Amino acid sequence: MASHHVVLSRGADLAGFRRAVRALLAASAVPDDVEWSAEGAGLFGSEALPDGPPVALPRAVGELISHVVCHSDPERYALLFALVWRIQMGERSLLEVASDPLVHRLALMDKAVRRDLHKMHAFLRFRRADEEAGAERFTAWFEPDHFILEAAAPFFVDRFRRMRWSILTPMGSAHWDGSELAFGPSGRRADAPPTDAFEASWRGYYESTFNPARLNPAAMRGEMPRKYWRNMPETAAIPALIRSASSRVEDMLQREAAMPTKRDPQKAVAAMANQDPETLDALNRIIAAAEPFVHGGTRAVLGEGPVGAPLAFVGEQPGDQEDVQGRPFVGPAGQLLDRAMAEAGVDRSRSYVTNAVKHFKFEQRGKRRLHQTPTAGEVKHYRWWLIRELEFVQPRLVVALGATAVLALAGKALPIGRSRGSAQFLDGFAGFITVHPSYLLRLPDEAAKREAYAAFVADLVQIHALAASGDGRTLSAAE
Amino acid sequence: MDTSLTVKLRILADAAKYDASCASSGAPKRAAGREGLGSTTGAGICHAYTPDGRCVSLLKILMTNVCLFDCAYCINRRSSNVRRARFSVDEIVNVTVEFYKRNYIEGLFLSSGIIRSPDYTMEQMMLVAKRLRRDEGFAGYIHLKTIPEASPWLIEQAGLWADRLSVNVELPSSQSLRRLAPEKDSASIRTAMGQMSERISEAKAERRRFAPAGQSTQIIVGADDTTDEGVLAMSAGLYDGFRLNRVYYSAFSPIPAASPVLPIKPPQLIRENRLYQADWLLRHYGFTVPEIVAGGAGGMLDLEIDPKLAWALKHRERYPVDVNSAERELLLRVPGLGKRAVDRIVAARRWTTLRLADVARLTAGLKRARPFLIAADHRPVGLTDRLDLRARLVTPPRQLSLF
Repeated sequence: MASHHVVLSRGADLAGFRRAVRALLAASAVPDDVEWSAEGAGLFGSEALPDGPPVALPRAVGELISHVVCHSDPERYALLFALVWRIQMGERSLLEVASDPLVHRLALMDKAVRRDLHKMHAFLRFRRADEEAGAERFTAWFEPDHFILEAAAPFFVDRFRRMRWSILTPMGSAHWDGSELAFGPSGRRADAPPTDAFEASWRGYYESTFNPARLNPAAMRGEMPRKYWRNMPETAAIPALIRSASSRVEDMLQREAAMPTKRDPQKAVAAMANQDPETLDALNRIIAAAEPFVHGGTRAVLGEGPVGAPLAFVGEQPGDQEDVQGRPFVGPAGQLLDRAMAEAGVDRSRSYVTNAVKHFKFEQRGKRRLHQTPTAGEVKHYRWWLIRELEFVQPRLVVALGATAVLALAGKALPIGRSRGSAQFLDGFAGFITVHPSYLLRLPDEAAKREAYAAFVADLVQIHALAASGDGRTLSAAE
Repeated sequence: MDTSLTVKLRILADAAKYDASCASSGAPKRAAGREGLGSTTGAGICHAYTPDGRCVSLLKILMTNVCLFDCAYCINRRSSNVRRARFSVDEIVNVTVEFYKRNYIEGLFLSSGIIRSPDYTMEQMMLVAKRLRRDEGFAGYIHLKTIPEASPWLIEQAGLWADRLSVNVELPSSQSLRRLAPEKDSASIRTAMGQMSERISEAKAERRRFAPAGQSTQIIVGADDTTDEGVLAMSAGLYDGFRLNRVYYSAFSPIPAASPVLPIKPPQLIRENRLYQADWLLRHYGFTVPEIVAGGAGGMLDLEIDPKLAWALKHRERYPVDVNSAERELLLRVPGLGKRAVDRIVAARRWTTLRLADVARLTAGLKRARPFLIAADHRPVGLTDRLDLRARLVTPPRQLSLF
């Protein structure tokens, strides 16, 4: 005769089971001595055992328990207690022995509960019935096999957080008012709205997405058993779809291939080939309208300068000032570039100036917008535009200012120090690598700054000479 | 929803149904905040099944079935007499959101016929995705069909909005593509796949969001005369070269408006199924294409038995395998033992010696596995070598088609 009688409340009483396990283990009860009842009002048996110390169990066991307590099998608590007891008796890895009859049976129950949860998430249908205030409200009626309402509800909260909804089941109800989840008594099918304005079109979709040439109702029933059908509006279409399938297919197979009734739209087909932007302006409109690939950037800062410019300067990305004014190289680095260009005799107004990345990537820190270096992947997102831009401008020489521009133009990271000077870029562009002017601004030491600035001006002088002396391509190839 | 919209939805769902993929898996777990709508669980959910046994997970529609291309296998080709329709961007956004709120779908799978130009079409499709994400705060799943003929910067943009991108290779050889889909070309398809593959893995490495559920593709089976070996070789190349998440095989299916160039026939559903099984062996069981194909004859898989069993029957000298001691790789080659069953066996045998009844609790495929296994209380004496073993293991194929 059982010496302990545990009464847990109806449904999935995880808290009650936990407490019972602690108490029973503290009292050294063995599984055969315990009788479980799951139909009570939540009282802990006739003989109230004192609570015991917490029981440490492997994480996987905890997960298994949280699912199996939802199972409708009245034996679930007895089986779970037997498992916990054996683990406590030394079989710590019992769950790994999936061939053990007890573990196997619990695994099947676990699977049944998971499947039930999954099917509830999948097959539940909301219907809209607005409240008087005009606020949207959705209600669903669902009949799960197991006590899963509480376990299933968080999924619907995550997904439909901004909606107000109720889920009614024969085993209780869940209600979400936009901020709080509440559980209530069981509902009735009649408490949910009888239909919904979108059900006809949903059924139309369902019917149309079915391919009669692949008819396989057994596979459908395997995944969507009949018991679910009565609460799913689209399933009313099933009998007719199955009935008509063979004649629809027969009809397709018998029908002669028909000649087109409309004339061939040859002009339109030919015109498809002309989708490429034909001018730099057209390309710039595309860039301006596109979504930034970096976080921050409020607008695209486009390249500036005449088509046919002998020199194209490519920087990293617009900075704070450039983003505000919408023009490249107008901030502190741009001013330095202007000064150096003037000293080297390069006319900025006759040069093309642009950036590898078209948006200002930054992180907001209080009122400041802190520049962030674009990643290699981000640079590649922008690369198509840069290359197309340069193809329109057709400069004799493309100058990469700093590492990001080199990455975009050479297709790989190169150390600036060692690569400084003439270079061959991808897509056939003759190139020149030098530092980014912002590098000069960042040097802490005045002497070093002067020296670096002089070297930068010297680079510009060389660049100017290369571009002026004719075809930069041949020049760099000759070096 | 008004009737004209319902009619359009029927036309544009019918036009999209020949694409096999409806998966909503692979997206990272996420949930919209207070103002948004939707979530992804990582695993994907099938919200219904149609009588063809296929899952309805996403709202799978075309933006329009008007198309300037003339692909012989496609119901929407420009020379087809099918009824045409076009959704506006707002209409698609609205239907997606309203269906989603009723828990009919996991999200949207948007494709389209080519109108005006590939770029224009792609821009319109992206506008739908952008509006869903931006204006509706939609955090559900979005799969965008990428148009490989579109400009590369549009493909770059598509990954910002979509969970999954896909380009269909459609036919398993470039000759077939040239013959049956004159406006397509396999070089541009591969270029687009390569571009997406690079960006997807870069973004993953840099922890940025760009098509986090990866890319997939579809191959139509049975429209041309490519062998299974040819199809699988193409898949293996795609998995290797472009790190695809999935290759879908779609048995060429009768369409109501067949092309004179490509007469229709009943779909090769069993062949399609065998290709999926072979694909699985390729990706998860350590098989190579030559090994898989060696199980059949003439470059075609055996239609009667699954490719793993076919391989095992031709390599009987490697069996039986001891369930209590064999390496994982060997167990994976036992017919009837799936990957999970093998994992369970390997875990359980650390603690216990497995008998046949134990194995029965670890796999549902014991009937097929038995002749190839040794357990503590079982040796398949002679069974492995029986000439009629094949006949004993062949289950008459399930009714998969009408024919």
